Amino acid sequence: MAVDVNQRRAPAAIEQPGRLKRLSRSKGMMSLWFMMPAATILLLFLAYPLGLGVWLGFTDAKIGRSGVFIGLENYAWLFDDPVFWLAVFNTFLYTVVASIVKFGLGLWLALILNHHLPFKAILRAVVLLPWIVPTVLSAIAFWWIYDAQFSIISWTLVKLGILTEYIDFLGDPANARASVIAANIWRGIPFVAITLLAGLQTIPQSLYEAAVIDGASPWQRFRYVTFPMLTPIIAVVMTFSVLFTFTDFQLIYVLTRGGPLNATHLMATLSFQRAIPGGQLGEGAAIAVSMIPFLLAAILFSYFGLQRRRWQQGGSD
Amino acid sequence: MASVGIHDVRKSFGSVEVIHGVDISISDGEFVVLVGPSGCGKSTLLRMIAGLEQITGGEISIGERVVNLVPPKERDIAMVFQNYALYPHMTVQDNMAFSLKLAKAESAEIERRVKEAAEILGLGAYLERYPRQLSGGQRQRVAMGRAIVRDPQVFLFDEPLSNLDAKLRVQMRTEIKALHQRLTTTSVYVTHDQIEAMTMADRIVVMHDGIVEQIGSPLELYDHPANMFVAGFIGSPAMNFIEGRVARDAGETRIVSADGVRLPVPQTLQAADGHKVVYGVRPEHIELANGAGGVPAEVSVIEPTGAYTLAFVKMADAEVCAMFDERHAFRPGETISLAPRTDLVHVFDAETGRRL
Ligand SMILES: Nc1ncnc2c1ncn2[C@@H]1O[C@H](COP(=O)(O)OP(=O)(O)O)[C@@H](O)[C@H]1O
Ligand SMILES: [Mg+2]
Repeated sequence: MAVDVNQRRAPAAIEQPGRLKRLSRSKGMMSLWFMMPAATILLLFLAYPLGLGVWLGFTDAKIGRSGVFIGLENYAWLFDDPVFWLAVFNTFLYTVVASIVKFGLGLWLALILNHHLPFKAILRAVVLLPWIVPTVLSAIAFWWIYDAQFSIISWTLVKLGILTEYIDFLGDPANARASVIAANIWRGIPFVAITLLAGLQTIPQSLYEAAVIDGASPWQRFRYVTFPMLTPIIAVVMTFSVLFTFTDFQLIYVLTRGGPLNATHLMATLSFQRAIPGGQLGEGAAIAVSMIPFLLAAILFSYFGLQRRRWQQGGSD
Repeated sequence: MASVGIHDVRKSFGSVEVIHGVDISISDGEFVVLVGPSGCGKSTLLRMIAGLEQITGGEISIGERVVNLVPPKERDIAMVFQNYALYPHMTVQDNMAFSLKLAKAESAEIERRVKEAAEILGLGAYLERYPRQLSGGQRQRVAMGRAIVRDPQVFLFDEPLSNLDAKLRVQMRTEIKALHQRLTTTSVYVTHDQIEAMTMADRIVVMHDGIVEQIGSPLELYDHPANMFVAGFIGSPAMNFIEGRVARDAGETRIVSADGVRLPVPQTLQAADGHKVVYGVRPEHIELANGAGGVPAEVSVIEPTGAYTLAFVKMADAEVCAMFDERHAFRPGETISLAPRTDLVHVFDAETGRRL
């Protein structure tokens, strides 16, 4: 057998001169050519800035002065910086609380929208609104809602007699944290709800009918049919939701700029703060780079979450 | 096990009534097949028995109990769906055990019952597999296993064999019948396939446009169809229909077709002279006439199947199919002489479609 193969290959060696030409025409080469434009764009606009950012993190670059390599000095400096650690804590608090609430409310909304409601199409469109509006615009709207003097929430509560004085939404550290998280939740729910709704609609009605006959209560139908069948899409949605929340910048920057007392500074806002207004490019880059391990962890989580479960494998429908 | 009573049941979706007052009484242990063309309301009726659809009017009872307002899980029924409706994220074992788990049965009891059902259905080797890893026939068996495990009062089947290939369908048909003979659980089986109905049923309910056309044993329906619909629906190839009028002369009754061909009928026929009728004869009840008295027929197509020969002919101004046990090599265009078996022909009122 092996001899056979060798013999068949032998003539090819004789045609050696034409080889380069044939290679350029071969399938592998062809696909490489087709990949070139996309690869170039990716290299230019993704890999280069990322690489530059990582490099800057190891330098003492300032605005207007390209820095020199200083090793891990930026990181050592950050390690002893309480503001940095506060930002890390804030980022986690922000991400965890917002993601959990977005998941809970989004799933609830999806379940409601999956029922036969009047004006279903309109309701679904309305749900998407917070997602369509540009972040900066909605952030400005929230800025008004949270305003110390003109807040509609405070005004309503006072008029209803529940409160006697206006709430200081963005001036008090605890209130400010809650406020920015609430704004993020408002903005993030549509994505979760609409995606989960799409997932819900792929679950065949007959499974629910079978479950009803098998004696499942509404909660048991959710617990044993809906939820397990939704897990693959939940993994995708929540990975993206966590990534978006973890790297959020616009909402915070418009609403609080990280204040008061850095109570709402996230790693992304702190990084920008130090790098651009503060001029410490190297330090800002180092903060941004220190987000990478967390983001990688989220991506790894999604990688395992996205893997087809055993029950999804094999056979066809 | 229990009897099932359906009394003047009606169903409307919005303002459209799709079931117009159906009465069926099913005895304990009976295997009843609801058959009819697609869209006639079979599934809707079955789903009302299951409790998946509200009953608009009338009454359904299981055993002694009227179940109109009883939720599905308290009706003690099990249902097999056309698309199987197996839980894709559960193994075969878990699929079958699901209802028992919800009912909080003891785990030893669950295991025993699942094993037993798996054994009956030959699923023992597949208990750890997921539905996706099974063939269509195996999935079908799991769906039945899920029903058996519960040991319900009534089995409901909604076209359970429609998604299988022809060969497997014939095999599963026999298996379901054998299963019923073994378990003797009251069963209601929905199908649009009259052969399935004929082969499996103790009694057949023929439905059409939301009403019951006739209820009877397979052979009753075959021998004495109550009307043209049942006559045309039951039996394959379908019964031939020829339009004509009753003609009585010289003390003999005949049916005369539009083009004057005289067709033989039983002399007991109760119909006035000149009454407009439809003459019905099954392909297998047409013979080659030997000698005089046959009806001339022009052959258009011959289909030799091996077991029997089908001849499609033009006779008495109608397209007629005749079925012969023997092999014949008629040529298209040839004129042959055919004789319907007088004792087995059917005569229907042309106006109402009812059997005369
Ligand atoms: N959920 C529904 N809403 C409106 N009409 C329906 C619904 N389900 C069934 N129908 C109508 O009821 C009739 C009977 O349907 P079905 O019982 O499914 O027929 P079969 O099972 O005999 O094919 C059909 O005309 C169908 O269009
Ligand atoms: Mg149907």
